[in-house]
Amino acid sequence: MPVKTEVKQLVAAKTGNEAMAEAMRQIDPDVVAAYPITPATEIAQIFSSFVADGQVNTEMVTVESEHSALSACVGSAAAGARAMTATAAQGLMLMAEIMPIAAALRLPIVMPEVNRAISGPINIHCDHSDTMFCRDAGWIQIFSENTQEAYDNVLQAVRIAEHAKVRLPALVTTDGFIISHAMETIKILPDDEAKAFIGAYKANYSVLDAAHPITVGSIDLQNYYFEHRLPMINALKEAKAVIKQVGREFGEKYGRPYDLLEKYRMDDAETAIVCLGSTAGTAKDVVDALRDEGQKAGLLKIRVFRPFPVEDIAAVLAGLKAVAVLDRSDSLNGYGGPVFTEVCSALFNSIQKPKIVNYIYGLGGRDIDLHMLKSVYDRLASIKDGQDLGTIVDYLGARK
Amino acid sequence: MTTMLDEKKYTANLPASELPEGGVWTEAGSSLMRKTGDWKVEQPVWDKAKCISCFTCWAYCPDSCMQIENGRMAGIDLEHCKGCGICANVCPPKVSAIKMEKAR
Amino acid sequence: MATLKELATTQAEKFVGGHTSCAGCGYPNIFRLTLAAIKDPVVVVGATGCCEVNTSIFPYTSWKAPFLHNAFENSAATCSGVEAAYYSMVKSGKLAANNTRFIAFGGDGGTYDIGLQSLSGALERGHDMLYICYDNGAYMNTGIQRSGATPRYANTTTAPVGKVVPGKMQKKKDLAKIMVGHNVPYVAQTIAGNWKDLTNKVEKATAIRGPKFIVVLAACPLGWQTKTQDTVRLTQLAVESCFWPLYEVENGKYKLNDNPEAKGKKIPVADWLKMQGRFKHLFKPGGEKLLAEIQAEVDKDWNDLKALCEFHSKQE
Repeated sequence: MPVKTEVKQLVAAKTGNEAMAEAMRQIDPDVVAAYPITPATEIAQIFSSFVADGQVNTEMVTVESEHSALSACVGSAAAGARAMTATAAQGLMLMAEIMPIAAALRLPIVMPEVNRAISGPINIHCDHSDTMFCRDAGWIQIFSENTQEAYDNVLQAVRIAEHAKVRLPALVTTDGFIISHAMETIKILPDDEAKAFIGAYKANYSVLDAAHPITVGSIDLQNYYFEHRLPMINALKEAKAVIKQVGREFGEKYGRPYDLLEKYRMDDAETAIVCLGSTAGTAKDVVDALRDEGQKAGLLKIRVFRPFPVEDIAAVLAGLKAVAVLDRSDSLNGYGGPVFTEVCSALFNSIQKPKIVNYIYGLGGRDIDLHMLKSVYDRLASIKDGQDLGTIVDYLGARK
Repeated sequence: MTTMLDEKKYTANLPASELPEGGVWTEAGSSLMRKTGDWKVEQPVWDKAKCISCFTCWAYCPDSCMQIENGRMAGIDLEHCKGCGICANVCPPKVSAIKMEKAR
Repeated sequence: MATLKELATTQAEKFVGGHTSCAGCGYPNIFRLTLAAIKDPVVVVGATGCCEVNTSIFPYTSWKAPFLHNAFENSAATCSGVEAAYYSMVKSGKLAANNTRFIAFGGDGGTYDIGLQSLSGALERGHDMLYICYDNGAYMNTGIQRSGATPRYANTTTAPVGKVVPGKMQKKKDLAKIMVGHNVPYVAQTIAGNWKDLTNKVEKATAIRGPKFIVVLAACPLGWQTKTQDTVRLTQLAVESCFWPLYEVENGKYKLNDNPEAKGKKIPVADWLKMQGRFKHLFKPGGEKLLAEIQAEVDKDWNDLKALCEFHSKQE
């Protein structure tokens, strides 16, 4: 159902990094603290030129490491400021120690993050191993399929993170080079509209409130740690409804609705691929071709991986015959990928459930193309028709 | 030492629903609710007549126990004093207004 | 500069008792005096360590100033974020300017070692903040492990005195000098046992806009194996022995704040060392050579510092 939109949007050609920097310009955070890392460098770099040209009021803190970038953001956010940073891969891993602290302090820091393979060996290209490594840090994780989504997601992330029922940090990812450096035509909201959508920020507490001196970051012993973790755990659960509501509102206003998941031709689907990020775009083409051939194939794109949309995923997949979960990282758990194991757990208590296989693909920027995805759907069709499941976890596009 | 803090918050463990968000604590100086005075084996005894209110003991007491009223030394907060003996040690020898003795 | 009576009576204390530091601990009065010496609103950012864990066990807090703890190695970066937020929000009119002063602190572990990069970055960026290192010369919080600040031949749990190794084999890092290399407007070295020198330096530092650094030697009865009542005297003797001179560096110019030698009060370093159980092996047979080595090192550093100070005073 196309939504009628009254807001005149600017059409522009932007790379993923440019689009995210543009969203940051419109957000005009009080503080940005960032450190360069391929392929996310440009985000802060472009933003620096906005600072240099006086297009934003932001205090830019050009730190000496990603660890300090997030540490400074925690300081700024605890001082009641809207704070942002951006990073990728090793940078995210260096931030890893501070990520759960930001979440526990309930600081709504928003971070554009470009998915890049983690080192061992070093590699600058796309996979999801960095983001998945930090999946249990208490951060909301939103994956973008393309440049438009990257822009839209950054704006929405501010609303979601700062929502009174959430107050958690959020990261918005794009796929390294595939989105970050590829130029696409996107629609950009007018500045005043973007600012109105995100609204003014009112922090819940501030260490700058001299009249009410607070202690932030206390040490908890056995008697309080659990009680301080519970509200954060609950906030992640609450975040699902908020993400849906913000995505719906964005759609009503600007014609591009968002949800936790995107169901592509799933209504009568018998087989489906589940994936995240840019691969969804490629898979949609494959689904279209298969549909033309009369196959009931569909695609389930997980837009929000944290909080994990357990109920929604179970509801969509329970009635299918065969499902392939595509993971752009391996859990290194001796089994399969993180999306696979979580999708399986989402379905475990469903009375009806599909056969599920897992493909690890695209590590270190290895291409995923239409033929590879077609081969996955072909296998799903065979499984649907009664063929044995065979290898449950397989590696797509790797020379074995 | 008197405080305006709600004692219940420090004698009972509060449920998650009653805690400020983000692990923040809003009652500044609440550690006074913890009586560290029971740690001590020795305690300082202050002789008001000898004291010249030079405040040297105030400067060096690690537990902020030196009480001041109207710009003069007024006593020692034994509820928090851990009996380290620094006050007696830094009291000028000619003054010698603080002596350590076995804690009661 | 404030008198002791002014410090003690002008404002309510912003660091109170009831914390869980050991009896006779050397660092609490650094923070009591620092906060007493600053009249403006202040935000304190602390690194993980003795001071942080002892003063903020939930729901207890010894801080009556806003206090923020993030992690171990990042109090400087975290404080730089608070400072950036203040100036940003004042600039954009979201916050009324009130001359807030920003203080970050760490122990020697959080400053000399794991937090050195974060501190270096914050100083280089020029944030308007004062970093205070309370230096008790080892990782006391985790049980007296050696740090980059542990003096040569001190006994620690990770550089223990054994049958063939006489404790920590390396010299203590010269942190103040490293900080001077950052070309910041103010660097100073002081002790917890000299309220006047400490508060003078804090007052001087807080009056300056930009990054400031003060390293404060503080005794640790547990780690130094000293008597609780000697905590203050011990740091004073460190100065008198010239192991830990009181000096400051304003805009790159070194200045001695106390010269025990000129006053004829310079004591042998052994007089300071022998009060501390962590050095007791140096006073057993065979220790003379090691003591002589330490004395030679102290004398060389003292002479170098004096020469530097004299050079700079002649320039004026």
